[in-house]
Amino acid sequence: MTLRFRHIRDYAVRAVLVLCTVCLVAPLLVIIGYVLVNGISALTPAFFTEELGSPARAMQGRPTGLFHSIVGTVVIDLLALSFAAPVGMGAGIMLSEYSENPLNGPIRILTGTLNGMPAILMGLLAFSLVVRPTGRFSAVAGSVALAFVMVPIIARSVESVLRTTPWSLREVGLALGLPRWRVIVSTVLPAARSGILTGVLIAFARAAGEAAPLLFTSFGQNYLNLDIRRPMDTLPQRLYSLAISPYQEWHAMGWAAAIVLLLFVMACFLAARALSRAHGGRDA
Amino acid sequence: MKANRAASGQSGEACAASPRRIVPHAIYRRLGDRVFGALVLVLGSSIALLTVAMGLVLYRQGGAPIVRDGFFGFLFQTTWNPVTGEHGAWPFVVGTLITSFGALSIAFLPAIAVGIFSAEYAPRRVAAAINYLVDLLAAVPSVVIGIWGIFVFAPWMRDTFYMPAFYWARESAAWLLPVLGTPTSYNILTATLLLALMITPYTVALTRDAVRMVPREQREAAQALGSTHWEMIRMSVLPYARGGIVAGVVLSLARALGETMVVAMLIGNSNRLPYTLFGPAANMPSVIANEFREAVEPTHVTALMAVGFYLFLITFAVNLIAAYIQKRLNVGGRIL
Repeated sequence: MTLRFRHIRDYAVRAVLVLCTVCLVAPLLVIIGYVLVNGISALTPAFFTEELGSPARAMQGRPTGLFHSIVGTVVIDLLALSFAAPVGMGAGIMLSEYSENPLNGPIRILTGTLNGMPAILMGLLAFSLVVRPTGRFSAVAGSVALAFVMVPIIARSVESVLRTTPWSLREVGLALGLPRWRVIVSTVLPAARSGILTGVLIAFARAAGEAAPLLFTSFGQNYLNLDIRRPMDTLPQRLYSLAISPYQEWHAMGWAAAIVLLLFVMACFLAARALSRAHGGRDA
Repeated sequence: MKANRAASGQSGEACAASPRRIVPHAIYRRLGDRVFGALVLVLGSSIALLTVAMGLVLYRQGGAPIVRDGFFGFLFQTTWNPVTGEHGAWPFVVGTLITSFGALSIAFLPAIAVGIFSAEYAPRRVAAAINYLVDLLAAVPSVVIGIWGIFVFAPWMRDTFYMPAFYWARESAAWLLPVLGTPTSYNILTATLLLALMITPYTVALTRDAVRMVPREQREAAQALGSTHWEMIRMSVLPYARGGIVAGVVLSLARALGETMVVAMLIGNSNRLPYTLFGPAANMPSVIANEFREAVEPTHVTALMAVGFYLFLITFAVNLIAAYIQKRLNVGGRIL
C-alpha cells in the first residue's frame, strides 16, 4: 500500500463525505424553497381573518382562510404546554437531582422510550382516556395527546440542563443550611432558567407541528370554535386534510398553511437556539 | 443548619441575632423536603406510568381480536376488510417492515457520513451551518414535507423515474415487473424515500455526538503512527464511537417505525398484498391515521387499536434495545 494510494484514498473519502452532505442538505433547501414560493403566492389577508367553511365557499371565490385553525392551534398548544410543563419539569428534576432514588433508573428508561413512541399512539391513548369516557372529540383531548408528546422531551432536556449546572451551586446552598428543595428551587432552577426555557420551546415547536395525535382527538372542523369541550381545528391537521382534498383552491390554501407552520416552527427553533447560545455564553 | 449557626457565631456578635430570624423552623426543612420530594417523585413516575399505561390501554381497547385469533393469528392474518369484518394485521406489518427498514438502509450510511464530516472534516463555520440545517430538517413538521411530497416530489418521481423504469422493464426485463408493479404517484418507494430523509437528522446528530466524544489521545495515537485523516478515523475514532453510532441507528429505526403523516400522505393506502415497489401499500401508523376517524364498526375500531398495540410492542422493543446500547456505552465508556 503506497503512500500515494493512501493519500488518494483519503481524498476519495473526503469527496464522498462532502457528496453525502450535499445530498442531505439539498432536499431540505428544495423543500423550503417550494414551500416559500408556493406559500407566499397563496397567502392572502383573508387567510388570517376568515374561516374555512364548506368547499363551495372556496370554489365560488368567496374569501376563505384558516383563522379558525390558527386560533385552534394556539389554544390547543398552550393548553397542552400547561399540562406538560409541570410534569416534564418535575420529572426532569427527579431524574437529575434525586439520582439516589431507586426508581430513577426505570423512570429514565421509560421516559426515553416514551420519547421514541410514535405520536399516533399518543393520539390513540388520548382517545381511549379522554374521548371515550367523555363521549366526544374535543380540544382538551387534543391537548392531552400533544402533552404526551411534549412531556418526555421537556423531561429529558430539563434533566440534561440541570446536570450541566455546576455542583458547587448546590454545595453553596447546602452549606448555607438551606434544605434540599430550597436549593433546587432557589439556586439550581434559576441558574438553569434559559436552558429549561430552550427545552420547553423545542418541545412546543415539535408538538406544534404534529398532526397525527390530533386526528382523532381534537378532530378538526371548518368553523371557528372557542369551546374547548368541542372539536377544534389545528394548522398541521388542516394542512393534511387540505392536501388530500380534491379541490384545487384548497391545495393552494394548504401551501399557505405550510408556510405559516414552517415559519412558526422555524421561529421557535431560532429562538431556542438564540437562548441556548446566550446560556452557553454565560456559562463559558 | 447547625453548621450555619456555628459559622455565624464565630464571625462576630454583631449579627448573632440575625441567624435565629433567618433559620426557619425544622418543619420548613423536613416537611418541605418531604413534600417536594414526593411531588417530584409523583411527577417523574407519572411519565413512567404513562408509557406502561399506553401498552395496557391499547391492549384493553384492542385485545379482542388478539384474544380471538391468538397473538400470531391476528399478526399473520393477511386479509383486512372492514366491510366483511375480516381484520388481519399482516399487510400493515409487512408495509411497516418494508418502509422502515427500507428507509433505514437508504439513510444510515449517508447519515453516518454526514455526521463524520461535520464532526471531523468540516471547518468550524461549515460544521455549524451543517448542524444548523440538519437540526432544522428535524424540526420541519412532517405534514409540510408531506404536502411537498404530494404535489412536487411524487409526480416528479413518477414522470422521471417510475414510468421510464417501468417501460424499460416491460421491454427488456419482464422478470422485474412483479417487483416493480404498475407505477402510481403514491407508492411505497416514494414514501420510503421521504421517510429516509426524515430519519436522517437523528442518525446524523447521534453519530456526530458519538464521534465528538472520542478522546483526543485516541486520535493522537493514530496520528503519531503517521496515518492519514481517514485512516485515523477508521482505526481509532470509529471503533471507539461505534456504540453511540449503533444506538443512533437503532433510535432512527424507532422514528421510522412510528413516523405517520408523511407515510399516510404518500404510501397510497392499499392493503392488498403482495406489495410492489411502484404500487400503493399501507403500514401500521398510516392505516390508523387513515381509517380510525372513519371507523364506525366497533370491531373495526378494536382491530385498529390492536394494530396500535403491535406498533407499541415493536417500538417499545426497539427503544429498549437502543437504551441498552446507550447504557453500555455510558457506563463503560468503552467499545461495544
